[in-house]
Parts: sequence; C-alpha cells; structure tokens
Amino acid sequence: MANYIQTVKNLSIGFKSQKGKEISILRNITTNIKKGETVGIVGESGSGKSTLALAMMGYVKHGLYTMSGECLFNSSNLLNMTNRDLEKIRGRKIAMIPQNAGQSLTPNLKIGYQIEEALKLHTNLNKEERESKISDLLNKVRLPSPDIMALRYPHELSGGQQQRVAVAMALAGNPELLLLDEPTTGLDVTTQAHVLELLKDIAKDTGTSMVYVSHDLGAIAQVCDRVIVMYAGEIVLEGPVRKILKEPIHPYTHGLLNSIPKLSLSGLPDSMPGSQPQPGHAGEGCSFYDRCNISVEKCKDSAPKLEYISEIDTSVRCFNHQELKINKKKNSFSNNINKKNIKINEILNLNDVSITYAKQSFLDQIFNKITDSNPTVKDINININKGETIALVGESGSGKSTILKSIAGLLKNKDGSIKFNQDKVLSSDLRNRSSDDLRSIQLIFQNPDESLNPNHTVEQILSQPLKLYFDFKGEELKKNIIQLLKKVRLGEFYMGRYPRQLSGGEKQRVAVARAFAAKPDIILCDEVTSALDVSVQAAVLDLLNNLKEDLGTTYIFVSHDLAVVKAISDRVAVLYQGRLCEIGPSKNVYQFPSHPYTEVLLGAVLDPDPDIKPKLIAEDIVEEKPPENGCCFQGRCPRILGDKCRNEVPPWQIGENGNSIRCHISIKDLKSQQF
Amino acid sequence: MFFLIFKRILLGLITLFIVSLITFVGTEILPGDACTTYLEREAYGAALEACYKRLGLDIPAYERYLSWAYNVIQGDFGYSLSGQMPINEVLGPRIKNSMVLASAAIIIGIPMALILGIITALWRDKLPDIIISTLAIFSMTIPEFISATLLILIVAIWLEWLPGIVIVPTDVTFFELLPNIILPVIAIAMIMTAHMARMVRSSVIQVMASDYVQMAILKGVPYWKMVFKHVLPNALLPAINVVALTIAWLLGGVVVTEVVFNYPGLGRLVIESISNRDLPVVQALAIILASIYVSINLIADVMTLMLNPRLKTLQIRK
Repeated sequence: MANYIQTVKNLSIGFKSQKGKEISILRNITTNIKKGETVGIVGESGSGKSTLALAMMGYVKHGLYTMSGECLFNSSNLLNMTNRDLEKIRGRKIAMIPQNAGQSLTPNLKIGYQIEEALKLHTNLNKEERESKISDLLNKVRLPSPDIMALRYPHELSGGQQQRVAVAMALAGNPELLLLDEPTTGLDVTTQAHVLELLKDIAKDTGTSMVYVSHDLGAIAQVCDRVIVMYAGEIVLEGPVRKILKEPIHPYTHGLLNSIPKLSLSGLPDSMPGSQPQPGHAGEGCSFYDRCNISVEKCKDSAPKLEYISEIDTSVRCFNHQELKINKKKNSFSNNINKKNIKINEILNLNDVSITYAKQSFLDQIFNKITDSNPTVKDINININKGETIALVGESGSGKSTILKSIAGLLKNKDGSIKFNQDKVLSSDLRNRSSDDLRSIQLIFQNPDESLNPNHTVEQILSQPLKLYFDFKGEELKKNIIQLLKKVRLGEFYMGRYPRQLSGGEKQRVAVARAFAAKPDIILCDEVTSALDVSVQAAVLDLLNNLKEDLGTTYIFVSHDLAVVKAISDRVAVLYQGRLCEIGPSKNVYQFPSHPYTEVLLGAVLDPDPDIKPKLIAEDIVEEKPPENGCCFQGRCPRILGDKCRNEVPPWQIGENGNSIRCHISIKDLKSQQF
Repeated sequence: MFFLIFKRILLGLITLFIVSLITFVGTEILPGDACTTYLEREAYGAALEACYKRLGLDIPAYERYLSWAYNVIQGDFGYSLSGQMPINEVLGPRIKNSMVLASAAIIIGIPMALILGIITALWRDKLPDIIISTLAIFSMTIPEFISATLLILIVAIWLEWLPGIVIVPTDVTFFELLPNIILPVIAIAMIMTAHMARMVRSSVIQVMASDYVQMAILKGVPYWKMVFKHVLPNALLPAINVVALTIAWLLGGVVVTEVVFNYPGLGRLVIESISNRDLPVVQALAIILASIYVSINLIADVMTLMLNPRLKTLQIRK
C-alpha cells in the first residue's frame, strides 16, 4: 500500500437523467497509481477517461455526482473532502495540466501572475524568491527569455508556448502526482513531440508520478509505463505499455490499434464497425459485444469481469481473450488502397497563386487591387489530375486551408489563376462563378457539428444541393436522398434525424453525402477526420476511398496528420508558411523525405509503438510571418547553409523519383545526410 | 488607438449631422407648424403671415437649416418658438434635472445590478437565484407606466410618505429636488437593475463554466479569490457596453417615467416640444440625445479596449 500514490476503489460517477434515472459515466473503476510511475489512460471520446482523471483530483463536474466508491490519496478520500481541504491538495500534491492551455489560462492575467499565484498558494517563498522561481520554471519548460515571457498575456503566446506555461504552472507546487488531460492534442506534430520530450524529462528528473489521459496511442506509447484502456466507462484492459500496445489481448484495443494509420504501413487502416454505447445504454452483457469480432454466445447476456493474468501482469475484461493471442503482427493493412496509375488529365491548375490576409488600404479598395509584398500564401503551382487524391500537409499556419478556401472561391487570391478543366479560369470571386462551377467543387469541413445546420433533418440537409443544382422534386428527390445515404452506408431511417441524434462519424458521413449530392468533380476535404475518434476516422477514410473508386472524384485533402495523408493520398504537397517545399507521389515523399522540412515533420510523427522514438531534428519555434527574403524554412532548417538560404529563394529541383523540392542543397546531398 | 478614437469621433459627427437632417426634414413635412398650432383657429391671412415673419418661417427651409446649423456649431441652438426664450435657457435646467435623476438611478442601480447578478450566478439554481431571478423577471415585464403608477398609489396615496408627482418649478436647487425624485428613481432603477442583473448573471455563469476557471479550481485557488481574480474581470468586461447603453438611455430622458411623475426633465421636454411643433427645440433635443449616445458608446468602447488585454495588443499590432 505504501508505494501507491493514489488508489481508486469501485468508483462510479454519473448523473440523474430528467426522468430521474441514474446513469453512470464511470462504472466500478478500481486501479492504483504507483509512486514515480506514468500511467496512460486511453479511450475514445465518451469513454470517461477525463472524468476519471478529474475524480483523481477530487473534482466532479457540474451536474455529475459520485454514485459510489472513493479516490484515496494518502489514504484520505478526495471525493468527500471539503473544498477548504481540497485547496491544500490541488496544485500542491496533485496538479493538472489541461487539454487546451489556450483556454485554460485566464485571459486577463499575465503569465507571470498565474504562475506566481500557484507559488503563493503552495510554497513559503518570499517575493524575490518567487520571482526567481518563476524564471526557473519557465526555463525548465524551455521557454525563451523567461523574464519577458512572464509579462505577457496568454493570448500573446503560441499554442506550444501556452502548453509549456501550463506545465510550468503545474510544476510550481512541486506536486507528487501530475494529471495530464490530453496535453498535446491540438498541437502541431513537431510541437507535440517536443512537449512530450519535456514531460518525459520532468518525470525522470523529479520522480513525479503522472497520469496521462489521451486518445492518441502514439503519445501514450512515448511517455507511459503502464496503460489503462477504457471503454464505455469501464476499464477493459490494463497492463505494461509494451504488452498493451504490441500484443493487446482485448478485442477493442486490438481494433483500436489497427484503425490507426501508421507511417510504417501502407494502405488504409482497418475500421471498427459500430460505435461506443452511450452512457446508460450498455446492455446486460459485455459493452463491446456489438462491435466485437470474437464474441461468443455468453458475451451477450453476461458481462465479463476484469481478470488479472499474472504472467503478463495484465488485467483484461474479456471471456475470449485467448483467441486474440494468435493474431500475428501485420506488415500491411488488409485493405490496401488500389492506387491506379493516374492518367495525366488535368482537372485543376493552380498557377502562381498568392493569397493575402492583409487588409486593403483605402486607396487599394478604390482601385480594387491587393498589395502585399509578403503574402500569407505565395507562388503556389500545382497541377491536379482527374481522379487523384492530392494532399496538402503542413503545420498550423502553413496556408493549407487558405489554399482550399481560395479554390472554393471563399477567399480572393491576390495573384495567379486557378484553371478548371484545363482552360476555364475560375473567378476568384464566388459571385462571378457559374452555378455549374460551384456545383463541380464541393467542400467537406473539419467539424460536422458546426457544418451541419442543427435545425435541419438529414433529409433537409441533403435535399438542398439536390434541389439547387438538379431541381429534383417529390419522389425523385426522395429517391436520390436514399441513394446518397446508401452510398455513405447509412440506412433510410436516418432521413428524419437531426444532427444531434447522430454520432460524430454518422454526422461526418452526412457531410460527405451532402458534398457528393452535387455530383462534383473535385471535393475539397479540410481536416475531415481530425475531429473524429480513430476507429471512426478509419471508417470515414475507407468510405472516401470507396466513393472515389466508384465515382472517379478528385480529392484535395488537407490534413496535419501525416499518417492519415499517407494512407489516402496519391500525391503530397508539403507546405511551410504558405510556400510549397516539396511535392511528389506520396510513396516517394514518405520513403525519401528530401526537403529538410519534410524530414522534420516525418521525424516528429509518433508511432503507437514504445520502441519507435520520434526524431527531433529542428526546434518548434513559431514564426509569425514568412521571411521576406530567401527560403521560407530558413528559420528552423537544421541544414541551413548561411546567407544563400537567407537571401535567395531556392530553385525547384526534380528528383529521380518524381518529387520536386525547393532547396539550395542538392537532392543527392540531402539524401546522404538524412538523420 | 488614438487613430481609432479619432475615427470614431468623426463617425459620431457624421451621425449627428444625419440626425439633424432627419429631424429637420421630418418636422418640416408633417402638416402644421408652430404658427398654426399657436394661432389655432385664427391661423389664416395676415395674422399667419405676421406670425411667419416674426418667427422667421417665411424664408426657405434649406436656408433656415443652414443658418441653424451654423449657429449650432457655435453653441447657439436658437430661439424656442413656443417658449419665446433662448433654447439654451430652456435646456439648461432640464439637462440638470435629467442628470440628477439619471445619476441617482445609476448610483443605486448599477452596484445593485452587479451584486444581484453575481449572487444569482454564484448560487445558480439555488434559493437566492430563484427568488432574485423571479423578481427580476417581474420588474422587467411590468411596463414602467404601470409600476410607476402603482408606486404612486401605494407610497404616495395610501401611505402618504412621499409626494406623488413632482410639482416644482423647473429651476429648483438640488436639495429641494431630492425628496421629489425618490419615487421616479425607484421606478427606473427597478427596470434597469433587472435587465442588467440578468446580463451579469449569464455572463458570470458563462465564465464560471470556462476551462480557465476549472483550471483555477484545480490549481487550488480559494473560492472567493477565484471569483474576484479569475471570474469577475472576465465576466464584467462584456457588461460595460450594456451599462453604457443604459446610462445613455437614462440621460436621454426616461420619457414615460418623467411624464407619469410630471418630472421636469429632458424626456418630458421632448413630448412637450413635439406637441407644440417647436421645431428648434425638437432639433436641439435630437442633437443632444444623439451626442449623448455617441459619446457614451465611444467611452465604453475605449474602456473595453483598455481593460481587455487581448484587444489592446490587437490594436497595437495593427
């Protein structure tokens, strides 16, 4: 008992429904956190993982209540402590690093004040000591010039910097236990890899125990010693990280791992059918029964208990886990994408496209022109062929969504032209595009919650493009809607539902169906899977790929997730600060990353395998603006040559594999120098 | 930021110009004028001509507008047609009276609204919230001429504590005025407080549910410190604009309340001068009320800008 820092016993947390029914979100959770250990809690959204982490601080959200059980910290139950007592533990013994640091830092208080507040509450330092401690802490989380940083307001920092401040704040009270709630979700890949590095170092240096909550198995693999897998409010699997991520003996974990696209495997990941039961909807039997592919008769009626298997130090909640052990490690995903040779049949041509967000001055407005010597997006030349999937990748601020908006006509381009079907120049102003041009280019947005009108039924949502472009009415309209729903694998009965009655994956399917309703030639996909859970993501990717094969649609796919891009795209364009760095067949770009930026990006991708470490080649500095002269990547390039890179815009080089890069160093040299 | 203020002042002046134009044209195209109202049945022939000549209504409308505008810029609103005295003298005491009424309502109403709003938010769905919120909805929904009349009925007629209507000359001193304004102030403050308290309540609740407040709790910040440091500054920022609008509404003359209580403020002057067709006074009032709105909103915007670090940096970067 002595070496446990926190013990959770039979914990159930839930809420009362309007009908007075008790609905549990966490069901009978029992687990321990050892001193100095980092435990990962994994699960998809709605699995109760954040609720569990908050309960470990004695915090239960407004509307929820503890139904049974306890969270013991130093043998006192946090869940029935008074607020006064909790204030002495929170921040001092147990500290939290929140998911979205940008929203978790109070906007009207300076960074320095917010850290000092924690110091004042939890240490006995005097004013000068506190000031030097703030500098120490900011230094520790590797923030540049801590003294200046302390005087800034949260919104003046980048996402990565805000997350570091949150870490510094959590460390201020020297806590024995750190709870991290999705601390790197929403950060760029390189930033994420750096923050994880930092957290690992802190765990090592201070011996702090950590509970790391995440849906990202890649991040979990990097930092955790032990993993708890949650499903529908229950622990379904718990054990050492290597056992869980390499030989998972629960079918859910197994499916989850297979649904993650990986850089090392080609093809689309396997999707898991179905979705997690809503709180209160789990039946008598195993909560995973509906989605399980190894279920047996008794799984339906009786729920399995968490069973400890001592040889592998793992607990599992499954009757039939023996069956899973046989499964060997795979070299590729089963549903390999059928990548046809695409005929050179240009459908869209971006010629020297530049886009600026700079405000027009009064004079410019009169003459209707845009002047900006250093536009957000510059010199984009891409030819897109019919039927191919081209992906635009890059970190936030790389201009990938900006380019999509410009193609869609939502943003005016400053220079250059966008040609459709070889000769037709698309007007940069949406109002000047013909209805047929509008029909042929459709958009699917990142977040289906925001892109579907909450007051329209699925039928209304889908009938709009059908009425607008094809003038369908009555029976014909209905027939087409049913057909569309069938295409995205949704039944006819979805017609009368409202978006709020659909799961995340179903909503995105409706959004896909809406885009296809217009029978478009090109579909612009803006981060279409990043708001979805991995198992759902795999299904949506599979759907998009099937539709493409059936209908020959062209996709322009924007994503920050390099593994997703690898799975779905034929060609990849890598963007940095609105400038094109590399473009080529995705196979080659991923196999021989030749532009230093591509190399940096790929190096930072996290694999859900604790034995594959990311390579951190460059710092994750955030630049506010692209440089005026020279190469766009000069600020972070690990191979910078000096003045040449700073003053001259690098030329395009075409490699033997068909990928073009924009760098002063020759492709051959770059390849031989790969880290 | 100075550029911004300059731009806003310029826009405000344009607004004032348009307002003056609209009121001028509006009163001009309505049938009847000061002379027909004044002369009533004798409004024909020589008498009417003489009246027009005396009041200067015989010169073309645009010329009258231009000369009026020229004088206004120099601070002279001209002559009241019905009162037969300089408008500045008519307005002076009325503005003072309205200011007294408004300041009293503001001094009582705003702190009360803030306190009640914060209490209802912090004890959300508990007894204090239920009681205060129900009362607030009541005083918001009862029209002010009913609540004012009820106040007169109960306090002045039944209990005979305070005078029911204000029967004082326009130019009384402040202390003579004071007992007379208690009832009007209560009538106004009730509605104002209710509106603002509801606003403050929802703003505080929204901030209480934010991630940064949850973070402050998890950091171990004691409850009241959290409320004052992390919640209120962020919750009250959006309230500034609502407060500004309320103040402008008050200064602009609370027409109905002033009429019910026979209070000699700007609001009653508006009604009087419209029914007298006293065009110069109507115009002067329109200009003054519009400039109150414009300047108070400007002050509120500048305050929001200065208090919100986020907007401040945005402005500097631009």
